Amino acid sequence: MRNLLIFITKYNAFFLFIIFEISSLIIYIKYNAFQKAGFINSTNVVTGNLNQQYSGLKSYLSLKDVNDSLARENARLRNQLKSSFYIDTLAKRKVDDTVFKVKYEYITAKVINNSTNHSYNYITIDRGSKDGIAIGMGVICSAGIVGKVVNVTPHMASVQSMLNKNSRFSVMLANNKEIGSIQWGNDLDPHKGLLFDVSTNAQPKLGEAVITSGYSLFPEGIMVGKVTNLQPKGGGISLNMEVNFAVDFSKLEYVNVVDYKFAPEQAGLEAQQKKDD
Amino acid sequence: MIRTLIINLLRFIVLVFIQVFLLKNITLYNFSTPYLYIMFILLLPFEIPNVLLFILAFVLGLTIDAFYDTPGLHAAACVVLALVRVLFISITVQKEGFDNEPEPTLSIMGFRWFFTYALVLTFFHHFFLFTLEVFSFSGIQYTLSRIILSSIFTVFLILVSGLLFYRRKERK
Repeated sequence: MRNLLIFITKYNAFFLFIIFEISSLIIYIKYNAFQKAGFINSTNVVTGNLNQQYSGLKSYLSLKDVNDSLARENARLRNQLKSSFYIDTLAKRKVDDTVFKVKYEYITAKVINNSTNHSYNYITIDRGSKDGIAIGMGVICSAGIVGKVVNVTPHMASVQSMLNKNSRFSVMLANNKEIGSIQWGNDLDPHKGLLFDVSTNAQPKLGEAVITSGYSLFPEGIMVGKVTNLQPKGGGISLNMEVNFAVDFSKLEYVNVVDYKFAPEQAGLEAQQKKDD
Repeated sequence: MIRTLIINLLRFIVLVFIQVFLLKNITLYNFSTPYLYIMFILLLPFEIPNVLLFILAFVLGLTIDAFYDTPGLHAAACVVLALVRVLFISITVQKEGFDNEPEPTLSIMGFRWFFTYALVLTFFHHFFLFTLEVFSFSGIQYTLSRIILSSIFTVFLILVSGLLFYRRKERK
């Protein structure tokens, strides 16, 4: 007994450590739910880990079936997307011009494809022959003229953009009504057009507005752009000038197709005239 | 004797306050958390009876636990710290050579001894603290890096405060 006491006093630090460490651990495990749960469940770590490995392996084998079902589900969901439906409802605006007896009809359309960086740019819109669009109609947007319809399917139409080497429209200077033609500029800049064949009598000013003349597909007075340079390269007996387009073609979203009701009549008449000459 | 008592009491209060209201909010990069309060146990006099040492360590740990909402965690780590302190001092220091109740401070023991002392004790304390807190061996790398970085931070703070007291004693 005495030896035991001597032993204990000699190594008292160790025994004190045991006593206090155990008491603090008891407090710790008793009052901390997380460690309590961990203490009880630590044996489950091994089995749980094995189960996880097994199920990982099993899921790898069924990967093909899962892939197929996911692809099917994707297709089904894609069919429900709003964007995969064709919108049938259509808003048409009509303008009755009683003075000139000319009737224009506007058909709203959304641009679904567009380019500005080729030399022959076309725009695709989501309205076609079913909505009354025909080849040769003009296309405008809120800022100005856009182009001309060149191809039509039942639900879609292809528009030859202003930014196309083949596009040429009749326009005039806003102030003195001098007419001319506009086409895309020579350097493929999507903001610059070339106004040519203007009579030398005209005295154009920088910043003057260029509008449609009303001689072709568009109603008179639709904005085209502004004169920015009076002496571009080329030119001869008539005046040439550079025009900044009012429309930003890279940001087109909604356009209006202009249905000029008397276009066939006008075309027929002019053809008759040529034949008579 | 009375002076030692008052100094240690003050040290206890000040260190607990610093730990609970200042250092509790300091964490570097989610890794390094300083536990400066263990300096109280480090700086207790050499002549303190083992019973008192363990009781003080236990009480200090429980006090910190009360603020950290982790009953028993810091107490367990502090008791480990007390044991390591007893072992370290019995190995490195001859008790007969001291009089006037010397304390294991930086100014009395010199930088080299004090640095080793602080490093070893801090590491053991932090090792038990963080391991007990996580209570699993998953993410052992994360725990180990926390232990090492926090130990560096704590030892740095202990040395800085030791140097502060060192200069003040020299002026006297």
